[in-house]
Amino acid sequence: MLLIPCPWCGPRDEAEFHYGGQAHVAYPADPAALSDEEWARYLFFRDNPKGRFAERWSHTAGCRRWFTLTRDTATGVFESEAGA
Amino acid sequence: MAERLSPLAGFEPVSAESLRIEEIPFLTQLDVRVDPKSRAAAEIGLALGVPLPTEPGTYASGDCDVLWTGPDEWLVLAPPGAEGLEGRLREACAGAHVGITDVSAQRTAVLVDGPRSRDLLAHGCALDLHPRVFGPGRCAQTVLARAQVVLAAREGDAFMILVRSSFAGYLGAWLLDAAAEHLLD
Repeated sequence: MLLIPCPWCGPRDEAEFHYGGQAHVAYPADPAALSDEEWARYLFFRDNPKGRFAERWSHTAGCRRWFTLTRDTATGVFESEAGA
Repeated sequence: MAERLSPLAGFEPVSAESLRIEEIPFLTQLDVRVDPKSRAAAEIGLALGVPLPTEPGTYASGDCDVLWTGPDEWLVLAPPGAEGLEGRLREACAGAHVGITDVSAQRTAVLVDGPRSRDLLAHGCALDLHPRVFGPGRCAQTVLARAQVVLAAREGDAFMILVRSSFAGYLGAWLLDAAAEHLLD
């Protein structure tokens, strides 16, 4: 199990969290101008790196806040990120 | 008028030298949401007689307990029957951008005390409850035996567990089961 460092509550078990997927996926500036393919790319396509990956987490069983963490997908090691 | 039953009304309190478990029913509980830097937060603190604690995972005590539950959220615990408190807080910060909600029926409180209380909670809680880390004045929202709880460390070996009313029966049964081995001696 991952030990996730909540910026408010400190390190907690993964079971207390909800995963929010890749971070920094910007909402399109003009959604109406997008083609179906571009819209589908925004909705469904995410990076799947081996290594550093910024992702959203919600501490659902604790302080209930959303925050962004960077995790190394190969080692499972977190580094906290400012401005979550 | 119908008799008011607490969520753990059928729970037989445990009273041994090593461990004591009992429900504290009908506490008045208020959820307060306010910007901690605002004037309204200071005024709420004055009305409560306790400033809202801003350090995560701590609570402040006075006439009532004020538990930190989020960067802009607190849980106020007052004795049963403190119905006027909500109105007093609303008055104190009238017009400000504040949320004050009575959540007394949401959770009930269970007090666990005695030298084996930490051993008992460790059966189902991943937090380090050693007094050096989780001493009096500290609180946490976490899971105990997979049920969401608010845990607050009191003086000595006492812990207050706030559990949702619908989970109280389950958690009470789990506590009794987990306590069995500590009640043998």
